[in-house]
Order: sequence, then structure tokens, then C-alpha cells
Amino acid sequence: MEIKNIPLNELDVEPINLLKKMLQIRKFEEKIEELFLVKGTLIGPAHLYLGQEAIAVGICSALKKDDYVITSYRCHGHAIAKGVNIKKLMAEMFGKETGTCKGLGGSMHAAISPEDGLIYATAIVGSQIPIAAGLALSNKYLNRKIATVCFFGDGAVNTGAFHEGMNLASLWKLPVLYVCENNLYAEFTHITRSLSSKSIAERAASYNMKVFIVDGNDVISVYKVAKDCIEKIRNLNGPIFIEARTYRMKGHGVYDQAKYRDPNEVNEWLQRDPIRIFKEKLIKEKLLDEEGYKKLEREVINEVEDAVRFAEESKVLEFNELEKLVYFEK
Amino acid sequence: MREITFVEALREAIKEEMKRDEKIIVLGEDVGRYGGVYKVTQGLIEEFGEQRVLDTPISEIAIIGAAAGAALGGLKPIAEIMYMDFAMIALDQIVTQIAKMRFMSGGQLKIPIVIRTQYSLGRAHGSQHSQFFPSWFVNSPGIKVVSPSTPYDAKGLLKSSIREENPVLFIESGVLYRTKGNVPEEEYTIPLGKADIKKKGDDITIIAVSRCLNEAIKASNILEEKGISAEVIDPRTLIPLDINTILSSVKKTGKVVIVADDVKFCSITSEIAMQIIENAFDYLDGPIVRITSPPLPVPFSPELEKMYMVDENKIIKGIQQNFGYKI
Ligand SMILES: Cc1ncc(C[n+]2csc(CCOP(=O)(O)OP(=O)(O)O)c2C)c(N)n1
Ligand SMILES: [Mg+2]
Repeated sequence: MEIKNIPLNELDVEPINLLKKMLQIRKFEEKIEELFLVKGTLIGPAHLYLGQEAIAVGICSALKKDDYVITSYRCHGHAIAKGVNIKKLMAEMFGKETGTCKGLGGSMHAAISPEDGLIYATAIVGSQIPIAAGLALSNKYLNRKIATVCFFGDGAVNTGAFHEGMNLASLWKLPVLYVCENNLYAEFTHITRSLSSKSIAERAASYNMKVFIVDGNDVISVYKVAKDCIEKIRNLNGPIFIEARTYRMKGHGVYDQAKYRDPNEVNEWLQRDPIRIFKEKLIKEKLLDEEGYKKLEREVINEVEDAVRFAEESKVLEFNELEKLVYFEK
Repeated sequence: MREITFVEALREAIKEEMKRDEKIIVLGEDVGRYGGVYKVTQGLIEEFGEQRVLDTPISEIAIIGAAAGAALGGLKPIAEIMYMDFAMIALDQIVTQIAKMRFMSGGQLKIPIVIRTQYSLGRAHGSQHSQFFPSWFVNSPGIKVVSPSTPYDAKGLLKSSIREENPVLFIESGVLYRTKGNVPEEEYTIPLGKADIKKKGDDITIIAVSRCLNEAIKASNILEEKGISAEVIDPRTLIPLDINTILSSVKKTGKVVIVADDVKFCSITSEIAMQIIENAFDYLDGPIVRITSPPLPVPFSPELEKMYMVDENKIIKGIQQNFGYKI
């Protein structure tokens, strides 16, 4: 697809808002990392979104509040980009009753908040892909102009759930946007050691759906492609697939030091930090200056600090509340 | 009262509910144009259209996954898994996704799905098309499990399952499909979590699940001729399990036989026996007797399969051996 070169000031979103959202994710994740590794306050698995911010922000900025997002365990970025309350998100990391999932989900399911259109986040690789097809089916059946976006990683394309979900979504022409965030690694294994197809995009195309490859570190490119795709999705006529190419700045999980990666590869990608790239672009186009950036950064850091305080001061759910949450009771 | 088959009872339940609620859809392999391999969904596509009756590819993961998504989006899907053995392919979606969604979302999500499936023990379908394994699912808090044994129960329980706001695994027995029973023309439902005393008695309590109910009734008739009165109870739903109805009977008789088609080890009979021990130990006159499938995959040979299966003779033998009756 041809991405039109629209000048930044003619976009239908405020570029500064895109930057701010990316910064919110960045600062949130950096704080999580610190809470795990330096302070030792948090424990359990957590998968950071550092380096992939442009994808969540680019895609979710093209969505309305009631559009659906379904994702994996690497979900903090999607939650923030879709507009979840950061305090609730942080409280979920702490397992507190004020969290998005009352502390029962934790980091890997924190992006479940239907009031924000965040429908589900799963810790089983690929399992969201057929579920997304079902969400889209409900929208198509009820004739709601709601788009469903399903995020997953490069590793998920090798699961059975991916194949079954893709086939069904395409066969039934379901209005779902599949977004594969190709960060080159599934846990500790490079994509060249797991994928038999020439590319993820090629595999997706074999399901007879439109496929776009986009630079996942360029928020504007992601936004433009997403905007176009979402318009089409709203017409309820079939799935679209985006392969967004990106890189994890850090390890798979918060404890992983990612020593298995080639330092040249890492350095090359660190040069392409999506936030720095976008910041420099905004400065060049005189939509931002260094001071304005510092101010924005401080604002975001304060917001994250407030969220930590809120989480720390919150209580844990009473244990006897748990049994009421297994089944829906009228 | 009119008599209809098990299959007809199921079909009526689905049709009546689909007429009542437009959010109900049916999906599964060959459920539409072909009408279902066992004809449960016959005629639905003609009556309700392709929008509501969806033939799926052979994709068990996607059948349950799509049902889950559709439920999250506000629909009420009835998904058919052709054989219970194939539910194993969708185990992640059933056990790790839908059963846990509500809990781990802190109660935000509601997942009204019915998964209908059947086991074909008794129809010479071999090891991979016959097994009954409810314990794989009753072990997963978040899902309800139903196992009807008569057309009447099948219809009333299926209607209630469809009206549930929780995921329900509805396990049918293939050999029961052509059995007939009284089913009223008038509308009725049967609540989940209520056992049914199929026959009153005072000397022995026989608890029988799904297909085994008929075997237990046959055994109780033999016992009756010998002057032994057996109370026969069908739990009907395994989750929630109506243990109180079972306990009241046990407290009266002191003798318990539990009959089901799963292999004994960690089976539904294990659980029922244990709950009796925990709650009515002092009332027991002897060991709890369990009549189940042996610890073997199901053999194909129809003669061997017959030997493999629970029947009234095995139930009688168990009673003779353990309670000292001469029958
Ligand atoms: C079905 C399943 N298998 C294995 C795992 C363990 N696991 C967790 S994340 C992961 C890698 C997934 O990689 P990818 O899909 O590329 O997503 P990313 O973590 O890069 O975002 C693995 C193997 C799992 N959670 N689920
Ligand atoms: Mg990856």
C-alpha cells in the first residue's frame, strides 16, 4: 500500500498526543522494570513493551473507545494506548483490588477492561487469534460498526490457533484487524529458527486476506496504515493483516537480560528508538522544542509516580470474595 | 404424554431457545447444511438461516475460540464438538480460556457458551471416538458440566444451559440418541444443580451418570425381584453437583454403588465417593462400590467393547460381592 506523505500538521490527530502516549508507555514500563529489578516490590512474570510503543499507539489512535482490542500477555502498551486509567493498570501489577482485574489477572491480563474496549488479554500464545474472530463475528452479526484489533507476536504465527483463526476469519469475512508485532524473537529464539515461510506477511497472505508490512518503529506510518485498515474493517467485510516490524529493547520478560542477541543487531535497533525518532521529527518540524519535551516527560513521570502511590496504598481483595468471581450469579 | 427421541428433545430445546432469543447462534462441523452428524441440528439452517447456523471448518480450537469471542461480544453461541475426544484439541480454549476468563478479569467478563458434545461408547467407534472424560473438565472451576440420561432431562437441561450466563459443557451419550422418552409438549426447564431420584428405594443407593442410568435401572429391577429395594439417583449435572440429594439417600440406605462410564482412576465416581465419605461416613454400612470402565483404552471389537462396558450384570455382581446379598 502507498502511504501518502501527509505533513504532520495535517494529520487528524495531534502529533504531540501520539508522543505523549508513547512516553506514557515508556515511563510506565521503565517504572515496572525498576519495581521488579531494583526495588523488588513486584514479582511474577512481566513482559515489557519497551521499543514497541509506536505500534500500540499508532494502531489504537485510529480506534474509537468502543472498538475492541484483544491481546497477549505483553499487554501494558495496548492498555495504555487504548486509554485505560494508568492507576488501575499499575494497581493490577501490584495485585490490588483497585486494579483493572481486581488483582486477579496481574501483568499478563492487566489489559482486560471492557469499559475501555480492552476485551481480553491471554497468556497462552496464539489463543487470542480465534477469539478475535468470534468478537468480529458478534459485531458482524449484530451489525455494529465496531472494529476488532487483535495483537500478537511473531511466535504466535506458528501455533495451531493462528492457522485455525486466520482461516475462519477469512472464510467468514470477519471484520478484524490482525496486528502481528514482529520483534524478531519468541522468547529466546530468533524468527529465522522458527518460521518456515519466507515471511509472516507471506504466510498471512496465503489466507487470502489483505496484508500490509509497516515499520513498527515509526508511529506515523503505523497510524496511517491503521487508519486506512480500520475504515475498511468498519464496513464489516473481511479481515486485514498488518505485520509491524519492530524490536524488543529488553529481554523477553523483565528478568531476561537478553544476552543471546547479537550486540550489533541490538545496537542497530536501539538507533531506531521509536520515541527518539518521533521526538526529533517533531523538533525538526518545529512542533516541539527540547524544553517542551522535558516538560511532557516530567508530566508523564509524575503521572506514573502517582499511579505507584495509588497502587501501594490500595488494598488486596478479601480472599472470601474470590469464590464469587468464578461463576456469574444472577 | 408423547414420546420423542433424545435427539428430537435436544433439537426442540435448541429451536425453542433460538426462537426466543435472537442472540443465539449454532456453530460446529456439519451442523448446518448436513444437519449435524447425529441430526441434532437438522432443519435449523432452513429455519434460522446461515447467519445463525454456521458450518465451520475442522477447527476445534477456532470453534471454541470463536464461540468465546462471540460470547464476549454479546452473543449466545451453542458450539458442537462432534466427539468428546475432539474436545481435547480445544482443551486450551475450554479449560484455560473460557473457564478462567471471568475469574481472572476480576468478574468483568461474562461467557455464556454451551459446548455440546457426545461420547460414542457402545457404538464400536474404537479408542479415539468413545471416551467419556468429565473429570478433565469438572476439575476446571469456571465451567459447568451437564450429563443428561433421558430425553426429558436432555431437553430441560439444555434449555437451562442455553439460558446460563456461564460456560456449560453439555455431554451427551451417543448410544442414547435413539432412545425414547416422555417429553411434554408444554415448555419446561430443569435447573442445573438438581439431581433426580429416578426410582425410590430403601436398601441401596445407586448413583448413575449418563448412559449408565439405564443400566442402573435394569439392575434395580433385578434387585426388586429379589426383594431388594434400590434408590436410583441421576446427578444430571456434575458441576454443580447436588451432593445433598445423594447424601440424604445414603443416610437412609447406608449402602452406595456409583456407576459411570469413565475409567475409575480420578473419575467422577471418585469424587462422588469421596464427598460421601467426607459427609456421611458414619452412615455407611460397608465399602462404597464403584462400577466403571476398566483402565484401558476402549477396544474396537464389538464383543470386547461389550465386555469393557458397564452393564446391569456388573452392577449386580458388585452389589453381591460387597454387600453379601444372594441374588
Ligand atoms: C501456547 C504457549 N506456549 C508457550 C508459551 C511460553 N511463551 C510465553 S511467551 C513466548 C514467546 C512468544 O513470542 P511472540 O509470539 O513473538 O511474542 P512476544 O513475546 O515477542 O511479544 C512463549 C514461548 C506460552 N505462554 N503459551
Ligand atoms: Mg516476538
